[in-house]
Amino acid sequence: MSNNSAVVQGEDHYLNHSRGLMSWLGTLDHKRIGLMYLFSVLLFFLMGGVFALLIRLELFKWGGHNLVDANTYNKFFTYHGAIMVFLVVIPAIPAALGNFILPIMLGAKDVAFPRLNLASYYIFMTGALFAVLALFLRGADTGWTFYTPYSIRTNTTVLLVLFGAFIAGFSSILTGLNFIVTIHKLRAPGLTWMRLPLFCWALYATSIIQVLATPVLAITLVLLCMERILQIGIFDPKLGGDPILFQHFFWFYSHPAVYIMILPAMGIISEIIPVFSRKPIFGYKAIAYSSFGIALIAFIVWGHHMFVSGQSELANFVFSLLTMFVAVPTGVKVFSWVGTMYRGSIHFNAPMLYAFGFLELFTMGGLTGVFLATLAIDVHLTNTYFVVAHFHYVMVGGTLMGLLAGLHYWFPKMFGRMYSETAAKIGFWLIVIGFNVTFFPQFILGAQGMPRRYWSYLPEFTFLNRISTLGSGLIGVGFIYTAYYFYRGMRSGAKADANPWNAQTLEWKTSSPPPHENFHETPVVTQWPYEYLPEDTSMPANLR
Amino acid sequence: MIQQAFAGSVPLQGTEVAVRWDSLYNFLVGLSIFFFVLVVGSILYFIVSYKHDSKKKTQYITGSHLLEAVWIAVPTLLLMVIFVWGYSVYHAMTQAPSDAYEIRVIGKQWLWTFQYDNGRTTVGEVFVPVNRPVKLVMTSEDVLHGFFIPTFRIKQDVVPGMYSSIWFTATVPGKHQAYCTEYCGTSHSAMLAKVVVLEDHQWKAWNQNKEIGPIPEAGQPLPSKTQVAGTLGKKPLIQNISLVEQGRQVYQSKGCVACHSTDGTNKVGPTHKGLFGTQVELANGKFVLADENYIRNHIEYPQANTVKGYNPVMPTFKGLLTESEMNALIAYMKSLK
Ligand code: HEC
Ligand SMILES: [Cu+2]
Ligand SMILES: [Cu+2]
Repeated sequence: MSNNSAVVQGEDHYLNHSRGLMSWLGTLDHKRIGLMYLFSVLLFFLMGGVFALLIRLELFKWGGHNLVDANTYNKFFTYHGAIMVFLVVIPAIPAALGNFILPIMLGAKDVAFPRLNLASYYIFMTGALFAVLALFLRGADTGWTFYTPYSIRTNTTVLLVLFGAFIAGFSSILTGLNFIVTIHKLRAPGLTWMRLPLFCWALYATSIIQVLATPVLAITLVLLCMERILQIGIFDPKLGGDPILFQHFFWFYSHPAVYIMILPAMGIISEIIPVFSRKPIFGYKAIAYSSFGIALIAFIVWGHHMFVSGQSELANFVFSLLTMFVAVPTGVKVFSWVGTMYRGSIHFNAPMLYAFGFLELFTMGGLTGVFLATLAIDVHLTNTYFVVAHFHYVMVGGTLMGLLAGLHYWFPKMFGRMYSETAAKIGFWLIVIGFNVTFFPQFILGAQGMPRRYWSYLPEFTFLNRISTLGSGLIGVGFIYTAYYFYRGMRSGAKADANPWNAQTLEWKTSSPPPHENFHETPVVTQWPYEYLPEDTSMPANLR
Repeated sequence: MIQQAFAGSVPLQGTEVAVRWDSLYNFLVGLSIFFFVLVVGSILYFIVSYKHDSKKKTQYITGSHLLEAVWIAVPTLLLMVIFVWGYSVYHAMTQAPSDAYEIRVIGKQWLWTFQYDNGRTTVGEVFVPVNRPVKLVMTSEDVLHGFFIPTFRIKQDVVPGMYSSIWFTATVPGKHQAYCTEYCGTSHSAMLAKVVVLEDHQWKAWNQNKEIGPIPEAGQPLPSKTQVAGTLGKKPLIQNISLVEQGRQVYQSKGCVACHSTDGTNKVGPTHKGLFGTQVELANGKFVLADENYIRNHIEYPQANTVKGYNPVMPTFKGLLTESEMNALIAYMKSLK
């Protein structure tokens, strides 16, 4: 072990290129910024996760009064939702992994605007600071959706949270802009559009949504602040406003945001499955274009969150119809991933396990999405635990599984060391089983009629809620264990080769960890990144 | 407890619509299981058959347009079937027959109030006849609420400043659970109500303010003696005058009579006789249907809805009427045939 770490220390790479706290806080290196995002996001994930466990503990018994009172519970689910959505799931993959990997994948030295990139990080942290500050004041109890007129009237510190989300939004816009320009301008010689790795395509589509949709959120939040402070009637009927208008504004951003969350995860899965199946990706173009198909449809389906809001029957008709089409490109992706494995040579390392996890959970999330897109069915299921289960299957099952897949996959590249494969398997099973145990019962609870955001519930829902709470404990243990073996791997894992997975995208063509300027010589691309030939089935990481 | 949890994944069927809803739901569950097994089954099959083996080669395949066409076309077709089916059930859920018995619902942090034609008001329990269409016309005094009756498979947000409605024909007598489903603050999870579906003789008795005896939970036998006490819930508040009559009093006392008539003659403002349900031409050239929302809007924001041919002199009554006065006023104006 000591021998290995000497080797790592020996050469110059981005981690030891310069030293000291300031060399991190003021860095313009996209890799270091990516890691700063990663650790910040993980910190917020811990916070959001603690609130999730508190919620589940309160719901262990029916009737309320188990752990906290109703007002505190309402704050818990608000924090859990707001932190997880705005500070974890939205930035996790693009800002953390995207920042680290995208420029290297393109064969570039950095993103197009490194200073802007650092600024984005600090903007994000400032927004987060405001939101977290609210926790120590009077908190917020509106749910992450801030529905009016409640959000205008509650006497909690909603303004701070809104302000935080508003600021963090700019970080999202600027990162999107940065990525778009980077992908257009900084591709290595020979890296034509049709040779672009699918992760880059996914980030491209995501960036477009970030740039176009986030400003609408900003406007909405400003209007809400104005109404709260200046008492101008916009959304509150008491002041002459329209509460449903707020929902339109809010979902106009928040539905596309769902794809800001999921598309990058899909990109990761598209990279991992060919590598660990040792086969070219099935239907490259279909996968690349379907990202754009999804991005496009994302903008015209927001009304499916409002089928019982009081919007017109015609609007419901149109939104339900359009929403059905989301399922088509999504299906194309899933089928293409499964098709990639056909006649492959499958390796079961942690990244691939998490890709399987993604496929299982995301398929469940997607199929239950069709239930909610179906008008009549949604009327009964909306605002119940069915919806809670559905979006956890999509957000956690999709985004988080994608993030974990990506973290394991690029771990050797980021830190120059391997994690323990055995430990990773244990962690994977804990998390996946824990996840299903937690959330599957919630589908049934919802269908039986248990509404969401309920501090107390009727006795007949006790059994399934108990199972769900037990499952959440299992997830908790899984994540603590995962943090532990990652930490072990970072400190003392076996030294990683430049290309432990024998993969073909450009980040594997440079050393692990990469040098400060990513490549000693600019790489030249001569083929697409999924050229896995029939005899090329082995993987150095598994030959030890 | 376990038995209870899995007794059925959906609540009992309390309406015709619930029966239709369940067939569509079951179809979707079946279809989902099929696709889930297809996806996860293929993965498992591939895992077993194509596990890495250094002696075996892979096959270089980059795609298949035929397969792609299939997995675009088949789901699209299925989705269209689901959409049409879903819409038709939804349509049945939302189109109330014109002879539906109307009850006005007011949501308020954190209780439900129900107003009936005969002038009665109940809190926390709404009494409805079995096998007869009932329409709930709902509004809120403060923030958003949602009215959800799982056994009827219907739900609708209750929005301050406007009316929304749901309707149902209950087929199972007894008490049905209703919930608030739009987050509304501290006691959101305690904002519950019971829909008490009465058999014909009970409905008659209830309307005559007579004792109706204990009512069981829907689909369950009558509770044992110890539990009977209290099943009647809060005694309905008894008002001697009908809702329309209450509305007439509001109409008089708030001074509508100064500018409006109810006998067909136009004064400063147009007559209210026969107004409800007609198409009104506004000064801005638009035509609007004179329904609950129009009348409410006109009372609160007259300048925004000036009727063609009249001067915009009607004062706003926003904030001067309680929700129950508004309900009574509208009931009265509806009665002016
Ligand atoms: C000062 C006179 C005045 C008073 C008092 C008044 N209105 Fe009006 N109202 C008008 C005039 C003038 C119009 C027609 C112009 C307009 O649309 O504003 C009108 C129009 C209406 C309309 C629309 C009628 C249509 O044919 O479309 C409704 C409904 C209405 N008033 C209800 C009420 C009610 C209810 C009250 C009592 C709470 C009331 N008004 C009190 C003057 C008045
Ligand atoms: Cu959506
Ligand atoms: Cu509520």
